[in-house]
Amino acid sequence: MPVIGTIFYAFLAIVAVGTAFGMLINRNAIYSALFLVLNFATVAVLYLALGAPFIALSQITVYAGAIMVLFLFVITLLGAEKLPGYEPIKGHRLVAIGLAIVFIAELVLFFFFRNQVAGPIPLIGPEFASPRNIGVLMFTEYLLPFEVVAFILLSATVGAIMLTKPERKVTTKLSQQQD
Amino acid sequence: MIDAALIWEWIIKSLILIIFLTVEFMYVTVYERRFLARIQSRIGPNRAGPFGLLQPAADGLKLIFKEELIPANADKFIFVLAPIITVIPALIVLAVIPWGEAMVIFGRQVNLFISDVNVAVVYIMAVTSISVYGITLAGWSSNNKYALLGGLRATAQMISYELALGLAFMGPVVLAGSLSMVDIVRAQQGSLWYVVLQPAAFLIYFFASIAEINRAPFDMPEAEQELTAGYHAEYSGMKFALFFMAEYIKMVAISVIGATLFFGGFDGPFVDQIPWLGPIYLLAKVVIYLGVLIWVRATWPRIRYDRLMQLGWKILFPLALLNVIITAVVVVLVN
Repeated sequence: MPVIGTIFYAFLAIVAVGTAFGMLINRNAIYSALFLVLNFATVAVLYLALGAPFIALSQITVYAGAIMVLFLFVITLLGAEKLPGYEPIKGHRLVAIGLAIVFIAELVLFFFFRNQVAGPIPLIGPEFASPRNIGVLMFTEYLLPFEVVAFILLSATVGAIMLTKPERKVTTKLSQQQD
Repeated sequence: MIDAALIWEWIIKSLILIIFLTVEFMYVTVYERRFLARIQSRIGPNRAGPFGLLQPAADGLKLIFKEELIPANADKFIFVLAPIITVIPALIVLAVIPWGEAMVIFGRQVNLFISDVNVAVVYIMAVTSISVYGITLAGWSSNNKYALLGGLRATAQMISYELALGLAFMGPVVLAGSLSMVDIVRAQQGSLWYVVLQPAAFLIYFFASIAEINRAPFDMPEAEQELTAGYHAEYSGMKFALFFMAEYIKMVAISVIGATLFFGGFDGPFVDQIPWLGPIYLLAKVVIYLGVLIWVRATWPRIRYDRLMQLGWKILFPLALLNVIITAVVVVLVN
């Protein structure tokens, strides 16, 4: 069983990294978006394998089903699928490579540091990730972060509505000028 | 726990579901054409076989022999991929629906569902939310302005109605206290059907689900008069047939989900004594539900696009929110 598990995990890991890479290097924004959707789906399968079906399905519903659909919508609506050949910000590739090296170094350091300190991770039961448990935790232990997130989302929604609200005064002036 | 027989059981049950949906697709087309013809005082297709029952075979044969066109400037890979992406969510969404009580077949206890996960309702939401991709991509890859407009309309419409749809699911979920479809059916066996206890949730589900599968009167994405045929304008032959198939299978899927959530699923008289009645009751409920869907198509004119978005955002969504709040408060007060 561990061998099958390792092969399964390796396959998922390769697909996840491959799709992430495909998203980065593709010149067509539609294909990039689709690679990202595949990446989200692969990560969802990883969650499923870890025994967390609720998180896995929320991942698909929220990221693949809502956010990326809106991305795709905007890309097709604006006709912005072809990226320009030149670099809009000069030298951003060099900076990006530098930052990536720093990030990977940080990850490696963290990994070794953590391995030395933490002992074997205690196993959790299958009920840990049930929707009931998640709900109870969200409304007891993590109530404050939950409410803060809800408030931020609410203000973002109000902001989006205010931004897209037609400005009445300007339009009446314009129509008067046209008359 | 997981032995070879169980894996075979899964494979056989999945095959039964997929074959059932494909055959159902064939006969729902006949059902719709015959029933629609009756409503419009016509006879409908009755030449191929007795009562026109071989009509889908004739249609399928015709579509196989059609020429498959791919527009010159289309994105070929996505153009071919889009019909496939559209069909797969329609085929897999019913995996969490129970068809009947557990029964003994060849001395083996068999549960009549493919999977009873404790997040079944979230699974249905996830699958419906990814079913938008096929249509959007079909519209974009055809390189045709009508197809693109149809695809964009479909995306906007499906995202808008998903919210009301998800909140309509919450009524039965709160009453049953579980996200599992089997538990929701069990809870309805103990009390009244949820269409009586949750009439608002049922009506919201009914309209939002019709909008979600782009059927009349919410079929703006494929409005023939304005968009020729919407997102599948450039498709022909079997690729077009796949879109057609996805549309009809989705129709069956929302009927099955609606019957399970609001009409007791496989529940009915004597079902606990004779388990074979379960699938028959479910099928009967689905056929009636499909009849109502066809009736709605025959009676109501298409809604204008801005009205459609207003109905989704300004009426159905707040109503669904209100329904969830009231249901939750009542459940807490009663318990």
